[in-house]
Amino acid sequence: MILESLSTVLEKNALITAFAFVGILVWISYEISGHLTRGHIHGSAIAITLGLVLAYLGGRATGGDSGLADIGLLSGVGIMGGAMFRDFAIVATAFGADIDALKRAGVVGAFSVVIGVVLSFVVGALVALSFGYTDAVSVSTIGAGAATYIVGPVTGTALGADSGVIALSVAAGLTKSVLVMIGTPFIAPRIGLNNPHAALIYGGLMGTTSGVAGGLAATDPKLVPYGAMTATFYTGVGCLLAPSVLYLVVRAIL
Amino acid sequence: MVIYGVALLSFCMLVGVFAGDVLGHLIGVQANVGGVGIAMLLLIILSNLSHSKFTLGEPTEKGIGFWSAMYIPIVVAMAAKQNVIAAVSSGWLAIVAGVAAVAVSFAMIPVLSRFGADDQHDS
Repeated sequence: MILESLSTVLEKNALITAFAFVGILVWISYEISGHLTRGHIHGSAIAITLGLVLAYLGGRATGGDSGLADIGLLSGVGIMGGAMFRDFAIVATAFGADIDALKRAGVVGAFSVVIGVVLSFVVGALVALSFGYTDAVSVSTIGAGAATYIVGPVTGTALGADSGVIALSVAAGLTKSVLVMIGTPFIAPRIGLNNPHAALIYGGLMGTTSGVAGGLAATDPKLVPYGAMTATFYTGVGCLLAPSVLYLVVRAIL
Repeated sequence: MVIYGVALLSFCMLVGVFAGDVLGHLIGVQANVGGVGIAMLLLIILSNLSHSKFTLGEPTEKGIGFWSAMYIPIVVAMAAKQNVIAAVSSGWLAIVAGVAAVAVSFAMIPVLSRFGADDQHDS
């Protein structure tokens, strides 16, 4: 009756429900930030972490792969947090960005993308080796997954990797993006991540768009456009290098 | 009008993502290469151009500003729809690989930051 029609209304207006839900979530997070941590931990960092915890619980409850968005009432969270709105909002943050900071860091920014891809790939490949994988295809696929969870499956599919290995590569990429979201605000002061120049390099080295988007939002929203700018090139460069040059190098070594 | 700003933003995003797709096809990878980055550059160029050639009205800027301000809530929603279960439950290899990649990348930031920053920092 009343409960039923309420849930029908919420489900029919899924995106609007998501706006209200996220609004409450953000409000709770800022309350926690202000009262419990006295502002030491930024409200958006708490909101993002709470989001991830809820995603875990949602995944537990439904067995689906979209976290909280698999719960019928909250399916709008999936639309609101999907790639379309995320990218739209990221582009909007570029409005008012300092064009000179971009120009200055142009070359280093491009370098950081290539270095970031190679670095993550090598680290992932070494971990795969230490866990007993010895064939070039599996090692490359897991290495690619350590770049981002898109580069992993793209590389694995191109090289004909086992589906279990592809799943591992996705999981490695997901771990990376979750960790970047949570870890960035804590590590930022130690690595000098407090200016547009460092943010450009950070985006290029990390590469995970969602990780960088969440990490910078929780650190200093003013830095978002710079990090996001380089990060969006990372997956493309990764898909270019991992199944080709990097795979050939791995095959030559093994 | 607010819609002018939203439309300008949409225009930049569509052009950028399209260019990123074309770029991906041209170099033969199954991914969008820098689509969002190109869109951001386009928006920056158009909005800087506007200062000298024409002016964006205040409502137009509000149309862009609204979506910029919605960025954090959208990222919170994005966090809430991640496949966290898959990240934490598929064994140590994935976790170790992810953690190690992040740690090494973080460590590289101060190293790379030194390059090209000479003209704005003394250190």
